Amino acid sequence: MFRENRVWQTAAHIIYILLTIACIAPFVLLISSSLTDEAVILKSGYSFFPKEFSLDAYRYLLTGGESIARAYGITVFVTVFGTATGLLMSAMLAYPLSRRDYPARNILLFLVVITLLFNGGLVPTYLVYTQLLNLKNTIWALIVPGLLMNGFNVMLIQTFFRTSIPSAVIESASIDGAGEFRIFWTIVLRLSTPVLATVGLFQTLMYWNDWMNGTVYLTNTKLYGIQNVLNRILSDAQFLASSSFGANSNVLASASPPLETVKMAIAVIGVLPVLIVYPFCQKYFVKGIALGAVKG
Amino acid sequence: MERMIEMALQTQPDSGQLAVAATSKRFVRFRKYLPLTLMVIPGLLYLMINNYLPMAGLVIAFKEINFAKGILASDWVGWKNFEYLFATSDAYIITRNTILYNAAWIVLGTMLAIFLAIMLNEVKQKLFARFYQSVIVLPHLISIVIVAYLVYAALSLETGFINKSILPLFGMDDIMFYFEPKYWPFILTAVHLWKGLGFSVVVYFAAIIGIDEEYYEAARLDGATKWQQIRGITLPLISPVIIMLTLLAVGRIFYSDFGLFYQVPMNSGPLYETTNVIDTYVYRGLLGLGDIGMSAAAGFYQSIVGFILVLTANFIVRKIDRDNALF
Repeated sequence: MFRENRVWQTAAHIIYILLTIACIAPFVLLISSSLTDEAVILKSGYSFFPKEFSLDAYRYLLTGGESIARAYGITVFVTVFGTATGLLMSAMLAYPLSRRDYPARNILLFLVVITLLFNGGLVPTYLVYTQLLNLKNTIWALIVPGLLMNGFNVMLIQTFFRTSIPSAVIESASIDGAGEFRIFWTIVLRLSTPVLATVGLFQTLMYWNDWMNGTVYLTNTKLYGIQNVLNRILSDAQFLASSSFGANSNVLASASPPLETVKMAIAVIGVLPVLIVYPFCQKYFVKGIALGAVKG
Repeated sequence: MERMIEMALQTQPDSGQLAVAATSKRFVRFRKYLPLTLMVIPGLLYLMINNYLPMAGLVIAFKEINFAKGILASDWVGWKNFEYLFATSDAYIITRNTILYNAAWIVLGTMLAIFLAIMLNEVKQKLFARFYQSVIVLPHLISIVIVAYLVYAALSLETGFINKSILPLFGMDDIMFYFEPKYWPFILTAVHLWKGLGFSVVVYFAAIIGIDEEYYEAARLDGATKWQQIRGITLPLISPVIIMLTLLAVGRIFYSDFGLFYQVPMNSGPLYETTNVIDTYVYRGLLGLGDIGMSAAAGFYQSIVGFILVLTANFIVRKIDRDNALF
């Protein structure tokens, strides 16, 4: 019996150590390659250990730092503003949905659930945003399409409000003369930090990782967030040279940019915030996945 | 309005005034719930513009869009866009690719995820179990653009790890991955699993740790082996979760992860045979080729068939387990 357990445990550890390596290795390859000398990369390819250590790629990116800083700034603004607005909007929609006594509850629930099942798809959505709302080439095109993320969030918050906040608390506050807005703001939201934190984290991540809205709605590269800059550099090597990345540098402008390592370096810059922040909030992500799946 | 309500409140519901009382009651109720209604308005307005307006916009699949005339004034062309779409080989290729990839991934992904979740449950040290979970979820949180970079670092012809470090070990020639469609079903499957498996494992693991430990204790007392415990306890007890997740995935079989199919193959033309799916086709039609009519027809086709599949899947879930149904 105990021997059997031993065997299973060892097998489990071996499998998971291999999986851990598989999950981490690509990032090691990326970071190591960004720190290797360009000539070495051109000769022997990307590798897991920098054969000849060099910071040239980062130095090159630093000289054209304004463009990256602006892309970063745009991404940070879009993420913070979008998440805050979206979270408030989702919670405000979810609260009346959670109140069984609210007369319009059923019709509203129906309207939210329909959006989970059926959507117009890219073409009509594109036409609404560009022809009707005229959001093409504005920063709002990066924010508005993601606000409610999807109806699942509203349903998740709604379920939490309904099951975790005792209706007695709301009723007694109401008898004490507190208005609905006050109850919502000071009681309901206060008591719902777990679900708001989870939804907020996923929304933050969604905005940070979003490249689709930028690709669809932006032709003005000045409004590009970090993901769109990354996307363009990978698919179009000319973009790196033509945009102001590194162009201000007199020292390096004469020589051709260390393209293959710069590609890796800029990807590292794009992914680093996620890799750094993740260990601190991995608990909430793992919990959130389990929670969202159990009842969407 | 307030005076009306006050009047209504003072009014006794006499025979002649019943009708007035009914409307006034509605006023009272309206006023009571006004704050809640105000809260709903931003979200509702958003759903109308972001979700419902595009649904109505699906009808443009039956129009020939002319931006000079405007969308509303563009001519109706009946099924012409669909005739064009299904006359090309594209319609077949994108439908085949979308369904085959999804079907293969549902089978493979579910089996692997259950296996890994069961193995994770065998890791008895809490700290390790938590660490492994965190690590396998990490790829799920990375943007697909970064994933495209990671894949490029492995597959690039001039500098990729596989072409420069692995193939030479076996004395093999370089492979032009971004021009050879035959490798992509495997590459996309690997990337999909790398990115998404951790998520499913965590979901199934949550279901497994929800099983009462007493079942296992009883089984052990009866001398059941680990394998018997898995087959007799674990699998039957998590089967509702398996069935539900699988059916939901089947319901979404007409949709695919756009980023995976667009970014990871770097939109390389020679690969379309094995990388083009409905979502990428619609996108290219709209923004690349400017063929809005065919693009809209493909989108319409996806929305309608997808909707029918979701309804069917939900209907089946509902038959099996009411609580797990979406609606």
